[in-house]
Amino acid sequence: MIVNLADVKPGSKVKVARIRGGLGIRQRLSCLGIHPGDFLRVQASGIMQGPILVSIHGNKIALGRGVASNVLVEVD
Amino acid sequence: MRIALVGQPNCGKSTIFNSVAGYKAITSNFPGKTVTYTVSKMTFQGKTSEIVDLPGTYSLTSFDLAELEARKYLLREKIDVVINVIDASLLGRGLELTLQLLELNLPTVICLNMIDEAEGKGIIIEDSELSRILGVPVVRTIALKGQGLDQLFKTVLEMGSNPIFGKHLTFSKDVEQVIQELIEQLENNNFSKKFNVPLRFLAIKLLENDQYFIGEVRKKNFEFIKMVKAGQQKLEECRARTSDVVISSERHHLSMDIYETVVTITKPRMELKSYLDNIFMHPVLGYISLIAILYLFFNFVFYLGNLLEEPLLGFFYQFLPLIEEKLGHNLLLFNIVSGIIQGIAGGIAIVLPYLFPFLLGLAFLEDVGYLPRIAFLMDTFLHRIGLHGKAIIPLILGYGCTVPAVMATRILESERDRLIASILTTMIPCAARITIIFGLVAFYLGPKAALFVYILNIIVVAISGKILSQMMPEITPGMIMEIPSYHIPSPKVLLAKVWLRMKEFIVIAWPLLIIGSIALSLLKYWKLEYFINELISPVTLLLGLPIAVGVTLIFGILRKELSMIMLVQALGVTDISLVMNAAQIMTFTIFVLFYVPCAATIAVLIREIGGEKTVFTVLFTFLIALILATATRLVYYVFL
Repeated sequence: MIVNLADVKPGSKVKVARIRGGLGIRQRLSCLGIHPGDFLRVQASGIMQGPILVSIHGNKIALGRGVASNVLVEVD
Repeated sequence: MRIALVGQPNCGKSTIFNSVAGYKAITSNFPGKTVTYTVSKMTFQGKTSEIVDLPGTYSLTSFDLAELEARKYLLREKIDVVINVIDASLLGRGLELTLQLLELNLPTVICLNMIDEAEGKGIIIEDSELSRILGVPVVRTIALKGQGLDQLFKTVLEMGSNPIFGKHLTFSKDVEQVIQELIEQLENNNFSKKFNVPLRFLAIKLLENDQYFIGEVRKKNFEFIKMVKAGQQKLEECRARTSDVVISSERHHLSMDIYETVVTITKPRMELKSYLDNIFMHPVLGYISLIAILYLFFNFVFYLGNLLEEPLLGFFYQFLPLIEEKLGHNLLLFNIVSGIIQGIAGGIAIVLPYLFPFLLGLAFLEDVGYLPRIAFLMDTFLHRIGLHGKAIIPLILGYGCTVPAVMATRILESERDRLIASILTTMIPCAARITIIFGLVAFYLGPKAALFVYILNIIVVAISGKILSQMMPEITPGMIMEIPSYHIPSPKVLLAKVWLRMKEFIVIAWPLLIIGSIALSLLKYWKLEYFINELISPVTLLLGLPIAVGVTLIFGILRKELSMIMLVQALGVTDISLVMNAAQIMTFTIFVLFYVPCAATIAVLIREIGGEKTVFTVLFTFLIALILATATRLVYYVFL
């Protein structure tokens, strides 16, 4: 099932399916190692529409909620 | 010989730079603190070379200003050896930049830094294999502990006299074919003469839809863009993705292939620091610990500063009556000498006691890596004022000094976010203004009053942010930020950093303080200060302050700390509480806190946001200062 990253429960491991949005966001995410096909784990989700913390390739990345909602991921 | 340090943000370039150049570049544990390049001479084994610390760049695709700076430097300047610093614990990602660097055909040495960090994560790297694949030497280092640096620079020097160019690794066949075709077309159109970058690099950037190179090509040969578009379209047809994604995935896969060949994964060491974020970034505990940490920080500065201020002030002021006795009260010489003493005393007794513990504490939080955690926690609140989490970093640095803080706004992506953050940063009490809050408010009215000033300041900054973002409605691009692992800071680096920042005060501000002090003495002696005070009297009268305060406000624009130190002198007493009541002390502090940025800040603002917006900033902050200080006066008058 495809959902957006902002809706994923902390603790789950998901596979990046697609990144919505323009060239800017795709390039920024790819520089930090987030590409379609990669697996990442959602570590924390901020309260009150706060950002999402993910870990990918042994690295932690914070994504604002707006950004996270543009990252579509596959969950089981 | 010129050596350039290139690498992704926070991989330790500046640490390596500082270890050979003396401490000249500020290092911290957050991505993107180097926003412009620093050059220094270094001598190694009797040979002197020039070494350049470039801002961190994730790739050679340009998007933020700091990255653009790094790329421009690489393409424009003549560089003899590139040291590509890679955070070994993030090798897979670091290689993506390496692959692009090798396409530039510059002699390159790979520096695998933070090898201890990588091994802690269970990543064991076969560096000889990596060297074989890339075709360039690889050196392992732990820059923070100085390990491997001798070997690194030995290799660099050898490379300088006997350059080795790395291999160009190739992508998948179908993609490679499109690249080769475009290279041929570039050659046929004489592009090797028009650009001084290797054609393979240029071809890949064009296929990646890099706006800078597309623009440059368009300028030189408008028709050629069609061929570029055709190439992009071919890539899109082969992979059913946009051409930039095709190239970046190719590079990603190539890097991951190399990574898997050279790395053996073992069980990671379980370390305390991997659990820290369960608390510090927790949705509830995170905020509690943030408040606790800031509270401890505040107390540490207040306690240490207070401990030192009183005896130091007493020490200096015991000389004044002695000199007065010797020289007589009305002599010009006495006025000059007492000006000098007050200037020196102001520096040592009022500013340093608070500046040192403050900068030490800030350096500690920076180097441990706590600032990005604050950015994470504050993101949701900053969204409410129209910015995003990363904007907290310049704001926090603003508590140190506004000048580097304004420059740090370059880590923000959009111009509008940079502008708003710059204006807000000028309103954050910098170390100079902190000495005013501590030296006046905390000293005379107690620490609770000082804490109140801080909280009020944060509220005002938040409201101003809201107003500014309403004036410039635009959606912030949202936060994408790396959270680096925690590091235990080295005491040597911490002190070097505090010293670098204090030096600025001692070398620039202190002489100004002494000169200002003498100038004020002379103004008084010749009774000229009267005119200046008259001129500023509309403000001082409105705020209910002694007229004599006027002249200190002018000095305060030169350097913020001058306004307080001059206050002692302008009023002619050592104990300010004798001539100013609580309401006046508070009103004065509030006004000084917000009004007009200091001269150095104005200069950096002009450079970063332009003259027109700087004028706006000056007026905006002045207006806020006037409104708040008047309100303070009224509140004291009515309620207290």
